[in-house]
Amino acid sequence: MAVRLTLLVAARAVLFGLPPALLAAYALARWRFPGRGLLNAVVNLPLVLPPVVVGWLLLLMFGVRGPLGAWLFSHFGIRLAFTSAGASLACGVMIFPQMVRAVRQGLESVDRGLEDAARTLGATRLDCFLNITLPLIAPGVLVAALAGYVAALGEFGAVITFAANIPGQTQTLPLAIFTALQVPGGEAQAGRLAGVSILLALAGLGAAEWAGRGLQRWLGR
Amino acid sequence: MTLAIALRHFFPNFALDVAFTVPLPGTVVLFGPSGSGKSTIITILAGLLRPDWGRIALDERVLLDTESGICLPPERRGLGVVFQNARLFPHLSVRGNLLFGARRAEERRIGFEEVTELLGLKHLLERRPHALSGGEAQRVAIGRALLAQPRLLVMDEPLASLDQPRKAEILPYLARLKTALGLPILYVTHALDEVAQLADWMVLLEAGRIRAAGSLAELSSRGNLPLALRDDAGAVLSARVLRHDAERQLSLLALGTAALWVPLLSAPLGTELRVRIPAREVILATDAPRAISVHNALAGSVRAITPDPLRHAALVEVAIGEHALLARVTPDAVSRLGLTPGSAVFALVKSVAVEVFAPSAASS
Repeated sequence: MAVRLTLLVAARAVLFGLPPALLAAYALARWRFPGRGLLNAVVNLPLVLPPVVVGWLLLLMFGVRGPLGAWLFSHFGIRLAFTSAGASLACGVMIFPQMVRAVRQGLESVDRGLEDAARTLGATRLDCFLNITLPLIAPGVLVAALAGYVAALGEFGAVITFAANIPGQTQTLPLAIFTALQVPGGEAQAGRLAGVSILLALAGLGAAEWAGRGLQRWLGR
Repeated sequence: MTLAIALRHFFPNFALDVAFTVPLPGTVVLFGPSGSGKSTIITILAGLLRPDWGRIALDERVLLDTESGICLPPERRGLGVVFQNARLFPHLSVRGNLLFGARRAEERRIGFEEVTELLGLKHLLERRPHALSGGEAQRVAIGRALLAQPRLLVMDEPLASLDQPRKAEILPYLARLKTALGLPILYVTHALDEVAQLADWMVLLEAGRIRAAGSLAELSSRGNLPLALRDDAGAVLSARVLRHDAERQLSLLALGTAALWVPLLSAPLGTELRVRIPAREVILATDAPRAISVHNALAGSVRAITPDPLRHAALVEVAIGEHALLARVTPDAVSRLGLTPGSAVFALVKSVAVEVFAPSAASS
């Protein structure tokens, strides 16, 4: 049960985290604007803050009485704190910096000459991004997504702080392992769950490697 | 039809300040050493760089006018640009690359079949760019630019990254383009052999400024331009095949009102072609010589004499009818013959020294 929940929470974290990660990476790699340094710092904050702090900050903002949380709840009836959607949000925020970094590296290695060529051939800025830039950074994006997915599987501090440890709702693998360890004689259960999480992580990394290489070949490199 | 360009742009250590208007259709060559601003002009023309000040108009169509705030984005300029390296999209096949611009164009003047045929691309269509040779990739890049249905084809040193055999492979294709599609071309290069084969009109650039602009025949026969100081200086003139003499293994070309014997050609009578008469191969004489192996003694008059101090030589422009030749001789020869502007002279040209380019013949 915890396994399925974990896979779902991580998948949602990547799905919803990737588009803003693309946008942030594009802005940081290509645009010069006031506040660029600040954006860079904010994006990277989860990397250096204790995860508990990230979780607590999320609670302050997205809790039912937090400014964003209250707005979401009153307008859309969406509650994030202490729900599985909240677990996804916490995971998404935690893996955001590494996804941005991977996409940004991909963007910086794209030959700008190809984009210029596309523009002279009649492609608008957006057309060029969708049909030239995006395919060219696809390997980087895919690796970012898979690596982010694997990392999301293991998020603990932010999840337990923001979404709490509710079996079947927000109790992901690491939380279940932690809970099992709290119970006398729970080592066997913890061991099994740890084994599953190791297998998942290895599978994810393997998939990232394989897919990345396949895409590079497709691009003819 | 004309292309009018006036630009001023300042880089930290380079200033571009040019203005020229060239007639189209035809091939206009921007010629100059590297660092003279050729590529900057192309980048601005393509809309990839906004200059400090500038105005560009292709006929009535204003592409850029900084004073009235007009600066069309690259995709709306209607130019086909071929860059120095092919810049093919690696994730698309050759066909995908060729159709990239075609799919986004409104018109269909230049057809897929026509272009793939003209550039010899039919057998490459399903390949990926990384499986192409440098010459093939550049041909695909040219095809891709053409299929975007441009009003002007812009080529920025398209052959510079290729070795000599690949260059020789592509040049005839370019010459064919010129005649087959009748598309105006702006061509950037610092290689004189490309100029001789392709240019109709020339703009000479030097350190961000224009040194001279005019027809190829006019500029190549002037002694006071940097062109004349090159080892391979020489007038490039257009000629027409008048007569073949198979027995003597000679062909007679009409050079304006003058005639020029060259070694036997295979081009049919009436073919328009180009000849280059290297300045160092031209001998000057004040009397028509007899009993001499040289076939061509063209009567003309000295137009100008420019010293070439580095070579201890002088460049003599000789007007022959409406054309002019360039002769590189010693200052001593000039004074022995008493040559001054206006002097009547004979320009002696060995038949075998004349370089004949037959670009239009390649279209058959």
